[in-house]
Amino acid sequence: MTNAMEIYQMLPKTNCKKCGKTSCMAFAVALMTRELTPDACLPLKEEPKYKDSYEKISSLFKPSEGATETGLIVHEDLCFGCGNCVVACPVNVANDPYGVGSGNAPKNTSKLILAIEEGIVKARNVDECRRFGKNKILCNGCIVTCPVEAIEFV
Amino acid sequence: MENNYHVCTGCSLLCDDIEVEYGTETINKIYTACRVGVAHMKESKEKVTFLVDNKPVDEEKALSETVKILKNAKNPLIFGLGASTNEAQKQAIELGKKINATIDDSSSFCFGSVVEALVTNKIKTCTLEDVRNKGDVIIFWGSNPADSHPRHLSKHSYFPRGSEKQRGWEEERTAIAIDIRKSHTAKICGNYFIQIPQGGDVELIDALISGLSGKLPKTSYNYPPKKILELANILKGAKFGIIFVGPGLIYSLENLAPLFRLMQALNEKSNFHLVPMVGNCNMRGFNENLFTETGYVNSVKFENGIVKHGSEYSIVESLKAKTVDAALIIGSDPFSSLPRSIAKSLLEIPIISMGPSETLTTKKAKVHINTAISGVESGGSAIRMDGTLVSFKPIVETKNPLEEYILKRIMEAL
Repeated sequence: MTNAMEIYQMLPKTNCKKCGKTSCMAFAVALMTRELTPDACLPLKEEPKYKDSYEKISSLFKPSEGATETGLIVHEDLCFGCGNCVVACPVNVANDPYGVGSGNAPKNTSKLILAIEEGIVKARNVDECRRFGKNKILCNGCIVTCPVEAIEFV
Repeated sequence: MENNYHVCTGCSLLCDDIEVEYGTETINKIYTACRVGVAHMKESKEKVTFLVDNKPVDEEKALSETVKILKNAKNPLIFGLGASTNEAQKQAIELGKKINATIDDSSSFCFGSVVEALVTNKIKTCTLEDVRNKGDVIIFWGSNPADSHPRHLSKHSYFPRGSEKQRGWEEERTAIAIDIRKSHTAKICGNYFIQIPQGGDVELIDALISGLSGKLPKTSYNYPPKKILELANILKGAKFGIIFVGPGLIYSLENLAPLFRLMQALNEKSNFHLVPMVGNCNMRGFNENLFTETGYVNSVKFENGIVKHGSEYSIVESLKAKTVDAALIIGSDPFSSLPRSIAKSLLEIPIISMGPSETLTTKKAKVHINTAISGVESGGSAIRMDGTLVSFKPIVETKNPLEEYILKRIMEAL
């Protein structure tokens, strides 16, 4: 993934404040944290001379549109529902040890982060994820167990 | 979501924890099943069809045509049944006895020999529950469950916490993949992936046996002896080891002697079990049912009450020698699974096909009867890859006839 400086280079750099931020650099940082979308920069979106930059920035952020608050993306075209991530996820195991933790169907779905629906893994209850909140850690249990790299964090 | 679990008959894992939202004839949403299972359960919505020469006819006409073909045949072949219930399989075996048929399934060119060794107790085996609760060293040899049986690793063999393996895969289990290419399973096994050249299995088996007894292991393809010794040490330390044998290993062995040698050597040092990675949902069931009936797992010829057995009665050999003069193919597609040179012999004889979906075989068949999907539209029981009997009930209703019913009607008409 790119960094705020690279995005700043593609912005108009006029500090017009139309996006509500004090400067274009602040806007670039807001893009990185997904506080704002590229569409919030009106000159970038509307003026023809920034067309290339607009398309480039939009394509950078496109994959993360479906991402949850923790940045988790499931590539549904790759996932085939093996359930390795569901069973390996430490939060799933802690919240439902005799269901998904033991390889079975979920017994208590209220706090599960990952579950299989229609043969594809679906993310939910992301606030339970260890990558979320104040004390977040870079847990990668679901990524390393996926045989087809269908799960990604952005 | 309701806690009314169904069994998925998409592969021989027979996952028994599938939750389904459904109407009377349709399945709306499926939980917990993998993509293979979902596709299987939602597979067939076709109308009731009885075809003779690819033209729709009624049930009576299709049955009378079937009976005519079977009556005129001196040595009909019954093939398939890998996706049928135990009940339908038993019925088909009875039919075979009655019409002096050659009866075989896809295990004759696949896992037949391994299942035979297991049912005659020549090799130690265990159930998948044992693997989940106790297994610490798991070897996938020539098999790739991540693709063939997607829930194998997550439901049974590697990831779940078991009663004696509470800390799970991170600390208490070692998964090893032995294969000719880096499969998806091998990717999960990480450093414990042993890549061998095609046909290098026997040499690796012998090298491992030397490694187990502390000798220097040698292979003609110069696999690093240090790595083989390292692997042998892991195997020696196993408290409950399992080898999941896949077609990759079976196809590279001329006979099972090397596998017996390996299992004996392993069990002298530690505790190892073997489970075949059977593909079809009830292929093992067919093998066991035929074994109870005749004493053989496949390639059987009935002749006026006498049972003959030998490779000459397998589908491949009997089609090659052109000894069969009609074929009743149940839930299988030999035109897709057999080599062209063998399958083309089928074109010379009348084929009756029974199955839930349209395949190459159904197109070439003289008579085709569309039957219900076992486990989705019809209930019954099947035997899982490890030999456990699993019963199931139908999920949705269908107007398609059951295989068992059609076979019974054919019996009566004969």
